[in-house]
Amino acid sequence: MYGLGILKGLSVTWKRFWDTYIDDISWALTGKKRYRTEEGIKHRSSKNTRGIFTVQYPEERLITPEEFRFVPFLVYEEKDGKKEPRCTACGICSKVCPPQCIWIVRSSDPVTGKPVSTPAEFYIDMDICMNCGFCAEYCPFDAIKMDHDIDIASYGRSVYNLEKLLKPVSYYAEIRPLNYNAEEEERRAKEAAKAARTAAPATPAA
Amino acid sequence: MATAIETQTVDLAARFPGKVSAESRPGYSGFVVEKESLLEVAKAVRDEFGYDLLAALTGVDYIEQNKMEVVYHLHKTTGGPKLIFRTQADRVDPIEIPSVTPIWAGAEYQEREAYDLLGIRFTGHPDLRRILMWEGFEGHPLRKDWKEAFYEEEIKPYKSRWPEGKHTYAEFKNPFRDNLKFPPNFDPEKYEPEGEKDLYSSLERFSIKSEGGLKTDHVVVNLGPHHPSTHGVLRVAVTLEGETVMGLKPVMGYLHRNHEKIGERNTFLQIMPYTDRLDYFNSMSNNFGYAVTIERLMNIPVAERAEYIRVIMAELSRIQNHLVFIGMLINDLGSMFTPAFYAFEERELILDIFEAVAGSRMMCNYFRFGGVARDVPEEQMQKIKDLVFDRLPFKIDEMERLLNQNEVLVGRLKGIHVLNAEDAVHYSVTGPVLRAAGVPYDLRRADPYSIYDRFDFDVALRHNGDMYDNYLIRFDEMRQSLRILEQALKQIPGGPINSQKPNYQVKVPAGEAYGRVEAPKGELGYYVVSTGKQNPYRYHVRPPSFVNLTALEKMCVGKKIQDFVALLAMLDIVMGELDR
Ligand code: SF4
Ligand code: SF4
Repeated sequence: MYGLGILKGLSVTWKRFWDTYIDDISWALTGKKRYRTEEGIKHRSSKNTRGIFTVQYPEERLITPEEFRFVPFLVYEEKDGKKEPRCTACGICSKVCPPQCIWIVRSSDPVTGKPVSTPAEFYIDMDICMNCGFCAEYCPFDAIKMDHDIDIASYGRSVYNLEKLLKPVSYYAEIRPLNYNAEEEERRAKEAAKAARTAAPATPAA
Repeated sequence: MATAIETQTVDLAARFPGKVSAESRPGYSGFVVEKESLLEVAKAVRDEFGYDLLAALTGVDYIEQNKMEVVYHLHKTTGGPKLIFRTQADRVDPIEIPSVTPIWAGAEYQEREAYDLLGIRFTGHPDLRRILMWEGFEGHPLRKDWKEAFYEEEIKPYKSRWPEGKHTYAEFKNPFRDNLKFPPNFDPEKYEPEGEKDLYSSLERFSIKSEGGLKTDHVVVNLGPHHPSTHGVLRVAVTLEGETVMGLKPVMGYLHRNHEKIGERNTFLQIMPYTDRLDYFNSMSNNFGYAVTIERLMNIPVAERAEYIRVIMAELSRIQNHLVFIGMLINDLGSMFTPAFYAFEERELILDIFEAVAGSRMMCNYFRFGGVARDVPEEQMQKIKDLVFDRLPFKIDEMERLLNQNEVLVGRLKGIHVLNAEDAVHYSVTGPVLRAAGVPYDLRRADPYSIYDRFDFDVALRHNGDMYDNYLIRFDEMRQSLRILEQALKQIPGGPINSQKPNYQVKVPAGEAYGRVEAPKGELGYYVVSTGKQNPYRYHVRPPSFVNLTALEKMCVGKKIQDFVALLAMLDIVMGELDR
């Protein structure tokens, strides 16, 4: 019969319509909040979600996974109240950057003029950055990392300088806890191995 | 028996002594054909040796040898290894090489592209015009001596970035000074556009004439570039007689950025994120093709676990691509929202996985030479399993219930012919459109790459070649992808995810390689020539959207204009890779 196929299709939309409310009702009955809670958003992006599962941006936001990458930032350590960038101005990130949007001026010793391993100036042209994550991936000093902060729209051009790029280690540890802990673990293991190596030859001599 | 024939290597040099010689440069393979005998050899390659599918055709500018070369990659739709032959001409304008369009119609746009970007004139080409650049553009950008307006250095990394990297804006390197070339006697102040004489005259030339009956006027209509159903900025000029399409010429290049030139300036690794931006729905497949090509050149193995991850990602990508295809097709047919949003919902869940694993929903940049960038965490693996085993199969069924028998949809799609098998092969169409025409040609089976030979799946096939079959075959392919995923998820081993140490300056030996994968839209090929330096000498992409579009004219002429949008939708084009 003509129209049967359309009816069959409509049964799907009809079911979906009710599905949208089933979870709302059952969550409300058990006293759980489905909207504007992490649990609710998680459920709405799981395999069990049904009906309409829109996340109501901007009131709600999807949970950012740790690996999510947006423009890079530089990590600094706090020492005696001073910001000490981890960056050694080795230049690897600026070499690997595909659109070549990283610009680094290496510091030099004011007396001898010899290069010093810290950046004097550091620019990233955020309008050109393609968020590829290579800089963070290939930096040997864990000094540059990809950010989670996506609200950087501006009316002008966004060339970030050293000051604007620097963010504390604690921020990095907060947005990427798994990566941070793994790196720290590795660093500790390396230091322990180094200590063992320097300690080992000392023993026979003694 | 069949395999014996397929693995038999073709010796063109013995068949055509004096006209063909075996390639002798180290790292290269195939044959060199004298340009005078090109057509004769090409005909024999097709008719005697059975290479019916012209996969890729591209030019290479060997400026030091003062040669311009055209490389042809041929395949048999029955499967088996490829055949490469090439022909060379002196690099003195006009560079002329015979066109192979009479033998493989699929060469038409690819030759136009080689003409546009490299300035090779294909004699005997029916419609040799620029294709990606605009008419009146000066120069041929892929020539090695051509420099872009913001030209800085021959290859990256640029020296001005470190250790004395003071930021400057690219636009301050005034493009109107010494970097920009104009045609002789051209004054930009006095320039008046001439309109598009070439386009319209060729449209008129190729429009079919009505036979007898009423004498009616032909009307030329431009569809696009800003039309929602052209999936981006494709413009199509059509001649109409009443409602019948009498002639049709696509106009493209609005999104052209010369991906290949950028690639040739980049180091090998730097190209990876740029490939994401080709078919931006399937960055995983794009990465896959590029990684396979460079690994072939480097001759390195891929870590076992990474192989599985690659397949899982590529198949998830295929599923979401086909879901979007179905959603957008229905949208094109006039039913906004419901099916499209149902499709987008499932896609969303797949993109969530990409985001958590690769770091980005669409610009994944996930593959590295020898493996992948990072491991799939246990939590995400579970999510993939949940989707593959518990959700997607039912959602695909639901989509079928929603649409497949809908009388309006069936009425619009059924019986409207897209392409028959013969034409599809002739026009180098690959992917679902070819298989819906009854040609069981799927690279995952025909020329297995990665670990596809380990999985048990069928090549989706339909026989009518009408729009309805083209639509249904997408469902078949999703089901087969799910089968592959189920096996891959059960078999995936532990272990390292890259066979190489992380290295941003990979060593790629001199030579050439053509790598290809079955992308959701068809054969995605990369042709790379390396000279042993840190950047490729030639980097060419053979995007399925672009080559499949060659058949659009054939598909649409004689049909009703109302069906045009749906016919175009069948090709599932995406402008990011079409215009490159
Ligand atoms: S951020 Fe890392 S890679 Fe870049 S210059 Fe500093 S230390 Fe080197
Ligand atoms: S994310 Fe990529 S494009 Fe952006 S600064 Fe880093 S390397 Fe360059």
